[in-house]
Amino acid sequence: MSEQKLNYESEPDAALFRPIYETGKGYYIVMGIFIAILLWAIFMYFNQIRFGLGVTGMNQTITWGFYIVNFVFFIGISHAGTLISAILRLSKAEWRRPITRMAEVITAIVLAIGGLHPILDLGRPDRMLYLIEAGRLQSPLLWDVTSITAYFTASTVYLFLPMIPDIARLRDQGGKLKWLYSFLSWGWTETEHQKKVLNKAINILMVMVIPIAISVHTVISYIFSMTLQPGWHSTIFGPYFVVGAIFSGIAALLIVMIAFRRVFHLENYLKEIHFKYLGTLLLIMSIVWFYFTFSEYLTGIFAAEPHEMHIIMYKFTGPFAIFFWGMVLCNFVIPVVILSIKRFKTITGVLIASFTVVIGMWLERLIIVVPSLANPRMDLPMGIYIPTITEWALLAGGLSAFILGYMIFAKIFPLISVWEIEEGRKQGLKEVEERIHSYLPGAQT
Amino acid sequence: MPKWRMVIDLDKCTGCGSCMAACKMENNVQIVDSKEANEGGVLNWMDVITQYQGDYPNIEVNRVPKPCFQCDHPPCTKVCPVRATYLNPDGLVAQIYHRCIGCRYCMTACPYTSKVFNWHDPKWIDGPNKCFNPDVSVRMKGVVEKCSFCSHRLMKAKEDAAIEDRPILEGEYEPACVEICPTDAIYFGDAENKDSEVYELSKSYRATRVMEGLGLEPKVYYLAKRS
Repeated sequence: MSEQKLNYESEPDAALFRPIYETGKGYYIVMGIFIAILLWAIFMYFNQIRFGLGVTGMNQTITWGFYIVNFVFFIGISHAGTLISAILRLSKAEWRRPITRMAEVITAIVLAIGGLHPILDLGRPDRMLYLIEAGRLQSPLLWDVTSITAYFTASTVYLFLPMIPDIARLRDQGGKLKWLYSFLSWGWTETEHQKKVLNKAINILMVMVIPIAISVHTVISYIFSMTLQPGWHSTIFGPYFVVGAIFSGIAALLIVMIAFRRVFHLENYLKEIHFKYLGTLLLIMSIVWFYFTFSEYLTGIFAAEPHEMHIIMYKFTGPFAIFFWGMVLCNFVIPVVILSIKRFKTITGVLIASFTVVIGMWLERLIIVVPSLANPRMDLPMGIYIPTITEWALLAGGLSAFILGYMIFAKIFPLISVWEIEEGRKQGLKEVEERIHSYLPGAQT
Repeated sequence: MPKWRMVIDLDKCTGCGSCMAACKMENNVQIVDSKEANEGGVLNWMDVITQYQGDYPNIEVNRVPKPCFQCDHPPCTKVCPVRATYLNPDGLVAQIYHRCIGCRYCMTACPYTSKVFNWHDPKWIDGPNKCFNPDVSVRMKGVVEKCSFCSHRLMKAKEDAAIEDRPILEGEYEPACVEICPTDAIYFGDAENKDSEVYELSKSYRATRVMEGLGLEPKVYYLAKRS
């Protein structure tokens, strides 16, 4: 690491560069802890490869467990990023500027982790390439492979493009990793032409990425809803999963924002208003989520088809009651109380609501996957699913990989888009004023 | 083209479980220890399930043999991402163990819970390891398997018939469970042959199929108990 005085201190946005060049002791300690957890998870996974999937709690009727739950959950979280950032950019919401990059990074990292989960779940991961070699496009699993790879490609490009001007700035500052920055900045010199092309590319991508993002979680829901299983075979699943994904995504984004605001002292960039706006969005999603859940269960209960009823009662009063009502509490009751009462809607309040939503959404995925498998249509003894240490290790490993990925990213690139903040200062202000003048009658000057 | 059909007469079935045992030996199905079996790791191609009807003290206990129903419109083959399970030209739902990636999607898609998974590599105790059926491959950990209607027996019958240039005779091909059944409760044959016993029986007023409303057209018929 270069000790020479870098000239970033004189910049107006020095606070955004500081985390890249200055690393405290705490950083290495935290990193060490999460690397240890990750290594433990990797060890457990090799154990699973060696001894077979019998080391997990999955069994004859409950053939899908934590891995599929986590898969759906992580992919859901990944909707935070690209989708939210694209919608905010598209609607020209000025307050998006310090948020978009953080959101997009979540997508890229979590999508990579989530995309790995079906592979963890495979009995024969060594034959994974058969999916490409001999894949059947008629299978919903192949739709998944297709849409997730498309989403991963689109969202990493969408993350990378707006980073180019910032990377060029890092390159010009000198210091560490110059070769990397020179390579990644692609000869950016901030000419008018380059700016025009970049803006155009971002505009095309943000429109493209929205349908891709929606397709991803819809297709994941199709894995379940295309089967004949009661509790899964439901037309509402596509939009229900998308809503849940955006819901958990916003919560994850809020947690990340609050964490980095504290750790990297970004209070000047992430103001209360950002949390207020995103908190309102979270509140809306919570209510929409409740609407979908209510519709899903009411139709089941009212028609009272025996197999369907069996599963609903398993969730309402059976072994999964604690998870079901916990989910309702975490996803609806707590966030709505916190976010709709002004006194509670502080940054701490938003943080608590976000945590409960993330937990609640994980429970929701669990409640979707396991009870339907535990109660097959055939009159068989009910299965019980108790995850083993291997599955917990891999869940912890997935979360650690996410935190590690984020920590490493924060040490290489600025977490808040510097050039977009500058652009906001220089042009945004004027643009907004002009925009309002243009549509508000009587405001023309 | 023959249409294979199985008819299980629940009135004749004593629930002895011979079919399960014969199936295990015939198809080299791995045998798990009791601890693993209690955790749900048991593999049965032919299963005999216990059904309880009525409330205490008037409980009626029924034992029902349940092979794979070999649907004409199988939901499991539709979802397989790599064509490791498919409807073969004989109309049977086949598995390719060397293709299977072990995603277990077919297991979740099967409403009859007919498929089983190799949670571990098979551990053979002394005895069964000396008398594998050479016609059936031994499976490894991480793949899905299920009742095949003893399709290796069909292959043999087809070859024999081809050599002698004749159709497969009635009773020439039958799965191990049919052959072993001490009360002859399981019938097997070609439903295309209108004189066959299975055709007659499947037209009986006692004949039902499990969850016919799902439209999967299972090939296994049950004859209800005479009360």
